[in-house]
Amino acid sequence: MIFSVEWFYVVMGVIGLCCSLYTFIDKTNSRRLTSGLFYFIYALTLLFGKVIPPFYIGLMVIAMVFIVACGGLKKGRDDVPSEKTIEKSRSRLGNWLFFPAVLIPILTVIVAKLLVNVKLGGKALLDPSNPTLVALGLACVIAIIAAMCLTRSTPKTAVRESRRLIETIGWAIVLPQLLATLGVIFTQAGVGTVITQVINHIIPAHSLFAVVFVFCIGMALFTMIMGNAFAAFPIMAAGIAIPLLIRQFDANPNQIAAISMFAGYCGTLMTPMAANFNIVPTALLNLKDPNHVIRVQIPTALLTLAFNICLMYFLA
Amino acid sequence: MVLIGVGLIVIGFALRFNPLVVVTLSALITGLIGGMPLVKLITQFGEAFTMNRYMSILIITLPVIGLLERNGLQKQSAILVSKFKKATVGRIIIFYLAIRELAAALGLNSIGGHPQTVRPLIAPMAEGAAKAKYGDVPEEEKENIRAHAAAADNIGLFFGEDIFVAVGGILLMKGFFDQNGIHTDPILMALWGIPTALFVFFVHSIRLILLDRRLDKKYGSPVKKGEDAQ
Repeated sequence: MIFSVEWFYVVMGVIGLCCSLYTFIDKTNSRRLTSGLFYFIYALTLLFGKVIPPFYIGLMVIAMVFIVACGGLKKGRDDVPSEKTIEKSRSRLGNWLFFPAVLIPILTVIVAKLLVNVKLGGKALLDPSNPTLVALGLACVIAIIAAMCLTRSTPKTAVRESRRLIETIGWAIVLPQLLATLGVIFTQAGVGTVITQVINHIIPAHSLFAVVFVFCIGMALFTMIMGNAFAAFPIMAAGIAIPLLIRQFDANPNQIAAISMFAGYCGTLMTPMAANFNIVPTALLNLKDPNHVIRVQIPTALLTLAFNICLMYFLA
Repeated sequence: MVLIGVGLIVIGFALRFNPLVVVTLSALITGLIGGMPLVKLITQFGEAFTMNRYMSILIITLPVIGLLERNGLQKQSAILVSKFKKATVGRIIIFYLAIRELAAALGLNSIGGHPQTVRPLIAPMAEGAAKAKYGDVPEEEKENIRAHAAAADNIGLFFGEDIFVAVGGILLMKGFFDQNGIHTDPILMALWGIPTALFVFFVHSIRLILLDRRLDKKYGSPVKKGEDAQ
């Protein structure tokens, strides 16, 4: 292929590496060396993930977590320019400021939809393993260039701004990746099978409503634990949906599938384990309470879960 | 026994220990209890970490967002919104929820997202609408408005995407049922998602309208402000 996902990991790694250099020399940060080291190691794992043997990557991640555990990760200076400078360039650029930001989704969609099957000289243009990700990466690289031209900024400014944002997010930037890792370990250790056994033990198999209720709540709860409805579905479906709902009560599998996934998503809205959706945004939006987004989502999630239970019961 | 890891997560999060530490400890302890030798466990840990690098793709959006913010993007978003007299916090977020959910239902998941859309555009727009209508509101209220902007992004995405036939979730379920010898149809699976998708939009919009009402009550509607001035 011509554009591979690995390329964009390299771009991410280079961005992270440059940012860590700024953190190392940031005298206003009382923990600049350990903080810099945290981002430096992380950038290396992104950059050389394919080259470094997994055992050493594992040790590097543990080292990063150790830095965080010892309070070695601190936020440095927030070097935004003065209000006046911002206002000056804002009034110069006006609505053009939206252009690079809007470019990201538009280019991603165009590239992902139109170029997905394009071949050049017998090679696929986009990495077939994850064309959307490659499209997003390409769109961002183009948008970075557009933003630099538009604002007449140097790559140095772009890196300094990235550092500001990365430090705003802080440790949360690694959390989604680490949670996905936890999911893999959980699966290998057989956590799912144990949970199914527990559920099958307590479920009253003769009552349709009870089965539907336990299934939907189980999807939500299990998703909350794993942080991911995709991980919950196979386990809950194998344990309850297929033997009880579909085989015993003769429910329509299409309906069961659609509704159960949504029951899982209700769980996603309520768990810090879905860090990408619930925790990273609180860091991005400077919210004091890391659970603020979850708090806002809980009422909608519970009502929707109740709706899903009723819908599945009446359809089945 | 392996459930100890799950218990650790729940307790760790509840006691507000640093999530990175909680997650790593839980992974290592679960692996050890599950009978993996330490070297193999750390290898698998590293392997899974590398495999999931795509989770951190947001890093690549940061230079764009940073540069634009440095040049006043957030302020410009607020100004753009203040030109629409009818814009309120709730209406802006409902509008975004609708776009996000519809786009996701058409398979356009990449429209939206927290770093590239919510932080630079939607959150400042919603805050800008609050400012235009009520003047300065306290910081907690601003935080709450931003949290609502983030929530709309999640809700729109989750309940929109499973209506699109070729999305990962649908394909995963189809594959799973196939393996178990049960016939399913991705199109029907997507169609049966529509009632819930409509319900969630309806419920969440009502909550946003109620948010507008609460803000009106607390900080005074523009009409009242005019009366006060007289």
